[in-house]
Amino acid sequence: MKVTIQTKNDIVYITIQGSIDSNTAGELQSRIMEELTSCNRVIMDLTAVVFLSSAGLRVLLMIYRQLNAKGGKVLLVNVSEEICDIMSMTGFINFFELYGSIEEAEKQFIQA
Amino acid sequence: MSTLDNRIDFYPTNEYNGIKYRRGRVLPFGATLVPNGVNFSVFSSAATSCTLVLFNKNEEEPYAEIPLPDEFRVGNVYAIIVFGLDYENIEYGYRMDGPHDPQNGHRFDRNIVLSDPYAKAIGGRDIWRDASGLNRNYPFRSRLVFDDFDWEEDNPLETPMEDLIIYEIHVRGFTSHPSSGVRHRGTFAAIREKIPYLIELGINCVELMPIYEFDEFEHSRENSDTGDLLVNYWGYSTLNFFAPKAGYAATGKYGMAVDELKTLIKELHRNGIEVILDVVFNHTAEGDHRGPTISFRGIDNKTYYMLTPDGYYFNFSGTGNTLNCNHPVVRNMVLDCLRYWASEYHIDGFRFDLASILGRAQDGSPLNNPPLLESLAHDPILAKCKLIAEAWDAGGLYQVGAFPAYGRWAEWNGKYRDTVRKFLKGDHNTVGQLSQCMQGSPEMYLHRGTTAGINFITCHDGFTLYDLFAYNGKHNEANGENNQDGCNDNFSWNCGWEGETDDPAVNLLRHRQIKNALTILMLSQGVPMILMGDEMGRTQMGNNNTYCHDSEFNWLDWSFVQVNFDLLSFARHIINFRRQHPILRNKEHYSNHDCRDSGYADVTFHGTKAWHADWSESNTVFAFMLDGYHAKNGSIKDDAIYVAANMHWDALDFELPQLSENRKWHLSVNTSMVPPETFYPLQGEPELENQSNFIVGGRSVIVLIGK
Repeated sequence: MKVTIQTKNDIVYITIQGSIDSNTAGELQSRIMEELTSCNRVIMDLTAVVFLSSAGLRVLLMIYRQLNAKGGKVLLVNVSEEICDIMSMTGFINFFELYGSIEEAEKQFIQA
Repeated sequence: MSTLDNRIDFYPTNEYNGIKYRRGRVLPFGATLVPNGVNFSVFSSAATSCTLVLFNKNEEEPYAEIPLPDEFRVGNVYAIIVFGLDYENIEYGYRMDGPHDPQNGHRFDRNIVLSDPYAKAIGGRDIWRDASGLNRNYPFRSRLVFDDFDWEEDNPLETPMEDLIIYEIHVRGFTSHPSSGVRHRGTFAAIREKIPYLIELGINCVELMPIYEFDEFEHSRENSDTGDLLVNYWGYSTLNFFAPKAGYAATGKYGMAVDELKTLIKELHRNGIEVILDVVFNHTAEGDHRGPTISFRGIDNKTYYMLTPDGYYFNFSGTGNTLNCNHPVVRNMVLDCLRYWASEYHIDGFRFDLASILGRAQDGSPLNNPPLLESLAHDPILAKCKLIAEAWDAGGLYQVGAFPAYGRWAEWNGKYRDTVRKFLKGDHNTVGQLSQCMQGSPEMYLHRGTTAGINFITCHDGFTLYDLFAYNGKHNEANGENNQDGCNDNFSWNCGWEGETDDPAVNLLRHRQIKNALTILMLSQGVPMILMGDEMGRTQMGNNNTYCHDSEFNWLDWSFVQVNFDLLSFARHIINFRRQHPILRNKEHYSNHDCRDSGYADVTFHGTKAWHADWSESNTVFAFMLDGYHAKNGSIKDDAIYVAANMHWDALDFELPQLSENRKWHLSVNTSMVPPETFYPLQGEPELENQSNFIVGGRSVIVLIGK
């Protein structure tokens, strides 16, 4: 797994490559949680994520909960059909807004 | 770092081949995630040592075996915390050393890796009928699960028992047919896609046939005539009581069955539908002394099984062994298990397969005051759960009407099933019994109320409702047992032709009989249960014991929604009729008196002449009237309801009882008519022109409401 985190115009952009599973979930969570202390708006680009395990889905939900508690929001971008299907069957999808591109997600934040 | 991570005792004290561990906590049993590690705890009354065996998922050989030092044992419980485990990708088991002395009840074998009786997930059958793991040394592997599902505001629904309408579902059967149109056929996720159908049908509870992990390949064999593989399709053979069947989850292959099942339950609850599990605590999948050693036998044979004095297995379940339910340790396991499903999965109730076994002592004799049944009835966590017994077993104990209830237990009312079937086929000597059935069987449940009985005409065991009127005898040849298996007392009638026919008169009569049956079921006091697909005329082609077929014998053909739309629309109507009329859902029995001064007793019986029920042996006609002023103990004012059932072959003129206070009879149902005149929508019932008489067609039922 490779993670890049950038902050631009008060939005944290997180780009992840590879698989999020029990081996990588802990590291990912602690890196992202650090960023969240100073920011309310997060866009996660999952274009290059090939697999999300149970542990991985739980990291996403932790981020959602963290942001939700302080009135913030996380938007997911480019979730593959397979991951989307898994998220739907396991109920995780109900917590997230999904967008086809970073631009669409940004628009959502600007409108809000 | 949280306070929990800072605990001073979560550090390793020992190391073995690079794996760090320490003494564990004995409770809870099973494997539990703790900071930086996993706590393992297992009980055995007679093992002399215990080794924890760790595997990487899907690898044949273990990567580590950690013998537990004797100081890690408290009493008869071994506990260890292992640090740094990749909890999503490990599988574990135990080797137990101890005596191999079958005559004295011990069958230890340290060569076998054993599954944890308290494992929360089992690997090995992650995908339904995927045979790739069949020949592994350790086939059913204990796994770890997350227990942090986000239920949000969800809770068990606690629907009053008397308001329940149960729909019995087999997870695969419900959506496996290609016509189901779902994304992942035969799965928990697929049931979720069918929730709109369930809502429209009007049921408010699904009872899932066994969903605890089982092995569909158990006793699998090829049918020599057809070449079909016969499997353990129904799943009444539990491998582990805490693990959901992974192969029933579309995400089972990703290890997410737990989340998928919980999501289904949450979604059903959100739509007002309860979930009851059909649980099998009478035996396990290990069979008798010739069966495989998977878990219980190798961990503590003498504790978990009822054994004969010479160390063989009592067989009250008809499947080889009998779980030793009233042994204090096993009793606790059953309790732990049900508490787990009620609290972790938000399950609303349980139906206990062959529940009479739960009332047997360790030597097999029936107990007067069975501790397990009493514990379950009084358990604080299960306090609002529905507890339903199949009140018989394969050892000859038959307790319908006499199951030790402790004010809580309900029973599958087998007597209701047989009586209604006999009445519908026109048998003599049934009307008196039928009057009891319609009232919620007060002759059996007088002091337990109407909700002690689960009324059903069909269930997974036996004919479907359509087949009940299409076959005189069972046709189980496809089961490969020369038609010797399955029940012979079906009380069925084929309506003039055995099996499928083009004869429109026969087919019309069959549909009418199905409507008659559904009407009687929905207008009886007690809790009705419908078998999946009966509302649309599902057939098993005359097979009354389809436990082994993963095929169209069992798969619900959704094209029947269109083909038999008259049945489905009728079922929707009659279910909603029940839901709209509280007088049909009293908790207390009718008093047979006019306690409300309405001018009529709560229930009155009639025949072709009003006020004159005919109880004679040859009579096949029955009518009754409910006065809605008595609904829910008089707290709600409902309409009057009149039902006339004519199982004579010819039409008969029924004199109607006269209503007080200018109320008039309106027609809701007349099964002798063809659509759209079979039933009228709620609140759209036409007033009868003739308020004093009604000609009820042969083998037909009418329902009138007085308002």
